[in-house]
Amino acid sequence: MPALFATRREVGIVTIIDLSGRIALGEGSALLRKTIRDLLEDGQTKILLNLGDVNYIDSSGIGELVSGYTAVRNREGELKLLNLTKKVHDLLQITKLFTVFDVYSDESTAVTSYL
Amino acid sequence: MTPESKHLEVILDTHVESVNLAEEMCLRVAEAVGFNEDECYRIGMSVREGVINAFHYGNQEKPDKKIHLAVDLTQEKMVIHVMDEGKGFRLADVPDPLAEENLLSTSGRGIFLMRSFMDEFNVVAGRTGGAEVVMSKKIPPPGSASSNGNHGNSNSDSTPKQEA
Repeated sequence: MPALFATRREVGIVTIIDLSGRIALGEGSALLRKTIRDLLEDGQTKILLNLGDVNYIDSSGIGELVSGYTAVRNREGELKLLNLTKKVHDLLQITKLFTVFDVYSDESTAVTSYL
Repeated sequence: MTPESKHLEVILDTHVESVNLAEEMCLRVAEAVGFNEDECYRIGMSVREGVINAFHYGNQEKPDKKIHLAVDLTQEKMVIHVMDEGKGFRLADVPDPLAEENLLSTSGRGIFLMRSFMDEFNVVAGRTGGAEVVMSKKIPPPGSASSNGNHGNSNSDSTPKQEA
């Protein structure tokens, strides 16, 4: 099963993390945790997770997303989500996390929302 | 057990890799009996969550304990059993992950996902002394929207062999 890959880029004041693969118990969840922790240590608190190539998240991955959201908010930052696949969209909907996260389907709109 | 039913059972180590192994094994069975891609996703996720539960909460990640996974196939449904060697738990004691105060919890969604994705779900006292998750999904009739057209092909090469 494919692991998770994460690449980082900056658009204005926002750090976008392009994720691909599975956010699941094990390496995937651990990489997401480390990625967000490293950004916070660098002082980056405006974070946009691009989940366009993430087609699988389990309960461990959901927990990591929530943990990241809380950690960023505790630094008075914002963690938002971009480009959900149908499976991830449905998962966030049934777990009611759609009401917690700001979710965007257009990158420029998402970036503008941080201003 | 009727002549048409099949039983598969494996004993897994209390290890993160067992979660992927259990998921892959059940996915192959689900595909072989004809579930379509969406239903296979739901079954795979449910098995994954059941084994994560056994690994983390039941066996407390202790390597000397085992996770028992069994699949029963009848003509009507696929029944999955996940047993741990922990102390067991009552479903009534599991917090509701959809409650406002639990939405930002970083854990506690596995049971909810299994309940949501399977047709039947229950937790009973297992013969190992721990909890036994029992969940099932109705096997789609050939040609239905839930079928992948592979119905009844459970003797194909994609059927997993029994492993220890």
